[in-house]
Amino acid sequence: MRGIRGWIGVVVLCAGMLPIVAGAKVSGEERAVLTSPPAVPPPIARKHATKLIVELEVRERVGQISDGVEYTFWTFGGTVPGSFIRVRTGDEIEFHLRNHPDNKVPHNIDLHAVTGPGGGATSSFTPPGHETVFSFKALNPGLYVYHCATAPVGMHIANGMYGLILVEPEGGFPAVDREYYVMQGDFYTRGGNGDPGLQPFSMEKALREDADYVVFNGSVGSLTEGGALQARVGERVRLYVGNGGPNLVSSFHVIGEIFDTVYVEAGDAENHNVQTTLVPAGGAAIVEFVVDVPGTFILVDHSIFRAFNKGALGMMKVSGPEDKVVYSGKQDQRIYLPEGGAVQKMPGRGANAPKAESAAERVAMGKVVYETNCVACHQADGAGIPGAFPPVAKSDFLEGDIDRTIDVVLNGLEGPLTVNGVSYNNVMPSLGLSDEQVANVLSYVMNSWGNPGGDVTPEQVAKRRKK
Amino acid sequence: MLGVGVCGATWAGGELVSGGPFTPLFGAKGQAPVDVEAFDLDTYPVTNGEYLEFVRRVEKWRRSKVPPIFSDAGYLGHWSGDLDPGPGGGVGNRSPVTNVSWFAAKAYCASVGRRLPTLEEWEFAARASEDRTDAVDDPAFRERILSWYARPTGETLPPVGSTFRNVYGVFDLHGLVWEWVWDWNSVLVTGESRADVAVDKQLYCAGAAAGATDLSDYAAFLRYAMRASLEARYTVRNVGFRCAADLSPGDTR
Repeated sequence: MRGIRGWIGVVVLCAGMLPIVAGAKVSGEERAVLTSPPAVPPPIARKHATKLIVELEVRERVGQISDGVEYTFWTFGGTVPGSFIRVRTGDEIEFHLRNHPDNKVPHNIDLHAVTGPGGGATSSFTPPGHETVFSFKALNPGLYVYHCATAPVGMHIANGMYGLILVEPEGGFPAVDREYYVMQGDFYTRGGNGDPGLQPFSMEKALREDADYVVFNGSVGSLTEGGALQARVGERVRLYVGNGGPNLVSSFHVIGEIFDTVYVEAGDAENHNVQTTLVPAGGAAIVEFVVDVPGTFILVDHSIFRAFNKGALGMMKVSGPEDKVVYSGKQDQRIYLPEGGAVQKMPGRGANAPKAESAAERVAMGKVVYETNCVACHQADGAGIPGAFPPVAKSDFLEGDIDRTIDVVLNGLEGPLTVNGVSYNNVMPSLGLSDEQVANVLSYVMNSWGNPGGDVTPEQVAKRRKK
Repeated sequence: MLGVGVCGATWAGGELVSGGPFTPLFGAKGQAPVDVEAFDLDTYPVTNGEYLEFVRRVEKWRRSKVPPIFSDAGYLGHWSGDLDPGPGGGVGNRSPVTNVSWFAAKAYCASVGRRLPTLEEWEFAARASEDRTDAVDDPAFRERILSWYARPTGETLPPVGSTFRNVYGVFDLHGLVWEWVWDWNSVLVTGESRADVAVDKQLYCAGAAAGATDLSDYAAFLRYAMRASLEARYTVRNVGFRCAADLSPGDTR
């Protein structure tokens, strides 16, 4: 594409800014192949411009925006984003916009690929149960957003009325192994993120630009698990990335990949070795990369709370052989202790801690000690972390000699250890607890998570400390 | 209630909408509020049953007889026959009649001695909630309207009277069907509605904010957009109508 576009650029300059394809001959007639996201129609094989008939139906329909959350989407072609349209520079497109009779409101279409008033919107205003037709010539190559532009425009877009139209340059793009269609959008619902049921559009939140959902391809999880994009190691992937908005600009990023080529804002300008590319609301970008190693690569809007809290997260699953030189995988995992690997002593504390008056109080006070000192490794449920930190719930280590357990809490422990048949090799520091605190926390552990009960007294601890 | 006899049909009048000033959505900048005179508005949209009586009386408005110049091919498309609404009429033919052109709606109202409400009359009456004559500044009221606009039309429309009764006693101004008004395109057009420059100025992407007085009243935007998408001969599955009348001199309500 680079070479072809560069060549066209030269011609344009020489011709004194004449439209690139104004004189190109148009022959034949075809019906456009439309695809639902994330699929992209096949590249255009013909070597000439043609009359291309595009038929797009508007459907208002209830769909899932997240697990258990429904939304009434307004769609071009039944999906959000709408059907992908692929044409060639110089094509003369006869555009049919059909508004299904069951729809509630009128719609139109503004294609950013159109040169003319309203991008087609002035000629495609269509009430339910009607169809409008207009024609345009694709003058400029590029990847363009289309959207509904009927008042209130923001609401039509917020309900999902956007998609992409690709105008291939003459000669097309360089071949790649995979092409996918990904488009971001932000959604505004009366309830908050995750509130169940059919959620109506919230005009108030849309005006404040306070999105409840920011998603790829119309719903949370549309590109994860079963919907994940697929590729094989060694393949070259091209993503046609759009952003319908209505409000938010996307910082599009694929975790663990570097875009070796980005067509910036989906225009002629190429950038290379890009980590994150901005995709404006009502704009697009084309990104390309080769997948060198297998694994799951995460697509995000790197305005990162949108990714992990509002849904702007997709997946590309790459299968094939490992390349340990490019990426080794995990080679080792160990505990990092700035003080060094030997048992360390925490600063002394707890001398003035209050004393428990009863066994029950001892357990209650021990819970506080546990949550302050132990929970990070042994976990709130006492289960530990397999392979790293042994359990203290139903632990066979604790069933043995209580003095041994007291010693561990007093002095720390280092080295190989088997608990419930699982081997551990780690370091537990000396925690610097008072006799009272050690007694309390061990009493808490012995009376929690199905452990057999019993208690430890400060006197027992004091005896061990003197050893 | 007033009774008017026309051509053997007896029409019971509707509800009194006491008029007053209001600022329409597309009021010109600095324009004084519009004054709406008190008028009489049908309690309910016209039903399939009532429309059936009309086409029984007036043959030229039957489905097979209507001239194409007055209606597109979808006219009464949800009916089973010329004189048979069938299941599309709703239970007891009590669902609002739709798929009628503006010409047909106008003819119906004339046949009962009434007329279509004007755009300003309709919009004025539609500002009322159950207990306020002007609830447009109430976000909950707006959002209730908007949430109906956002839902697709179902297979069969519910019967008239199934939504709320506003403070004037008028039902279903929101939540059942869109409604034709006398001058549905008057805000936007001087000539053919879709080609008029005022449409781009006021309703399309770049100009959607330019002429409006209340940019956050999305529900009103949708209504104006819906009307602007229509031509007088169009029929739409969710566009019905109701009739209105000037107050008679003797009306002392």
